[in-house]
Amino acid sequence: MIAPAVEVQHLRKVYGSGHTEVVAIRDASLSIARGEIVGMFGPSGSGKSTILTAMALINPPTTGKIEIGGKLVLDGPKALVDLRAFRRQHLGFVFQKANLIPFLSALENVQIALEVNDTAPKAARKRAMELLDYLGVGARAHNLPVALSGGEQQRVAVARALANEPSLILADEPTAALDSQRGRQVMELFAKVAHERNAGVLVVTHDHRTLDVFDRIVDVEDGMIRVREKVA
Amino acid sequence: MNLAVRDIRHNSGRFAFTTVGIGLLLMIVMGMGGIYRGLIYEATLLVDRVGADLWVVQGHTRGPFAEVSRISASLEDRVRAVPGVAQSRRFVSHTIQRVHQGRPLRMVVQGLSWPEDRGEWIPLVAGRALGQAHYEMIADLSLRLPLGEKIKLGRDEYEVVGHTRGMVGTSGDGLTFFTVSDAQAIQFDVPGEAVRLERAARRARLEGIEIGRLQPLLLDRAAGPSSSIPALSRPQVSAVLVTLHPDADAAAVRATLDTWPDITVFSTQEQKDLLLSGMVDKAKRQLGLFRVLLIIISTIIIALIIYTLTLDKIRDIALLKLIGARNRVIGGLILQQSLLMGAFGYALAWGIGQFTFPHFPRLVVVELADLISLGFIVLVISTLASLLGIWKALSVEPNTVLSA
Repeated sequence: MIAPAVEVQHLRKVYGSGHTEVVAIRDASLSIARGEIVGMFGPSGSGKSTILTAMALINPPTTGKIEIGGKLVLDGPKALVDLRAFRRQHLGFVFQKANLIPFLSALENVQIALEVNDTAPKAARKRAMELLDYLGVGARAHNLPVALSGGEQQRVAVARALANEPSLILADEPTAALDSQRGRQVMELFAKVAHERNAGVLVVTHDHRTLDVFDRIVDVEDGMIRVREKVA
Repeated sequence: MNLAVRDIRHNSGRFAFTTVGIGLLLMIVMGMGGIYRGLIYEATLLVDRVGADLWVVQGHTRGPFAEVSRISASLEDRVRAVPGVAQSRRFVSHTIQRVHQGRPLRMVVQGLSWPEDRGEWIPLVAGRALGQAHYEMIADLSLRLPLGEKIKLGRDEYEVVGHTRGMVGTSGDGLTFFTVSDAQAIQFDVPGEAVRLERAARRARLEGIEIGRLQPLLLDRAAGPSSSIPALSRPQVSAVLVTLHPDADAAAVRATLDTWPDITVFSTQEQKDLLLSGMVDKAKRQLGLFRVLLIIISTIIIALIIYTLTLDKIRDIALLKLIGARNRVIGGLILQQSLLMGAFGYALAWGIGQFTFPHFPRLVVVELADLISLGFIVLVISTLASLLGIWKALSVEPNTVLSA
């Protein structure tokens, strides 16, 4: 049996204590299979980003377990692996803003993700170019981010997220800064990546116009996850 | 991929301006070290070049450079009689400041013991050594006196017949060489009216005592030139320079001279030590203090700039952490930038120094050892300066990238 891309069990995240205690996640459980794209919806402050950052291994839960690729990574706040090394080998990230490094070209922004994972510079450059071509921005490879449009920047960010062939890609409102047409293109791109590259993809979004892209949709309310039966 | 170089390329304007500032500071640090070396060189130059084995000076003094020394010119003959002494020379040294062609002219007057010493040992870059007993001089180029120019010092005019380069005294004033008698004439020159008054005073003093009243011829002598009065001593000199026979026992000669109560004897090395421990020491400490302060200032400036550059890219660093970059990649980025800033600043300092140091009013001597040691200091301060930025970078949380 193939292990899911990610499985979270009974996550609970509490900030502060006593009178200042805030429960950001009450009891969240979710599993995303490899090759599956899941959309996560919910109002602001519902706990979407907290769940995402916990799965991204940068904001450990107070209690609960996170398994990635079948490996137990976090047991409550306790890390069972080197989280930074695990992130570079197994996770990819895309954000609302592309967050490209401004002093690196599009190609180098992808290349750096490979090099930090010990890929030799020459091979990293070749692979980065392939990814940019795959995502349709190969012609802009040598441009600095400032010279790229918002959509092109997001494509480069997706290429960076795919660089190390992660088992899980986490995207936090990746289309918020894009117009509807480019937003849809990016969402379709995530679906393509999930299906063609067999990665689990979790997309946190408010954009209901792209519901059809997702294999599954989950809603977050008051720190709890509710799975919709069918895509609307 | 070298992130440091790419970031610098992206912020090239700020990096260049900062590097120029650091370079100028380091140039001053380099220059101060060079000025100190120059002080040593200038202070010991004459002692080295004059080639004496022993310096005989006034008893209980540290003359003739560290303090005033006055000894009888006849000491030259007494010293020559000591077994082991090959040659003795009178030496006169004093500084004068005159006005020449409307500009102040400050020079160190050195007297050469004519005719034994005509200045053949002086490294001339133009002209010749002294060719006659009077009215000729050798001048350093720093005095800007062309060959053949005649300059009036006292009552006489002296023609520049030779040029030296870089021969200056401990105060940085150019050296000039005359015969001893000319040097003394320049030193003891007094206006005619003062001479007449002194002669009248001598006559008056003699008339006040019995021998003067009984012997009128003495009154005439007393009212005449000082040189015609045997009872008056000859003008004194600053020192007597002793050259030993090649096979002479220096310690024995020294022991003999040490028994003479009216003089003090120094070897060449002791004379140099006197100069360095006395006159140069305070300047050395002063310059050293300034160098330390400037190095601290440079460190602080580099640290602040590197810290600011780090703050500017704190989100990029957070992103690097998020995608799993190791601490050495992030720390290396900042350390390399700091080292590059230091290295470029150092190179700039050296380049600017090459161009500007020769135009400094005092000699600046930058030795290879000083360049190496300053390079090492720059390496250390660049590393230290990066620590603040590295600390900031390593303490940033990867989720900072999500915060904006």
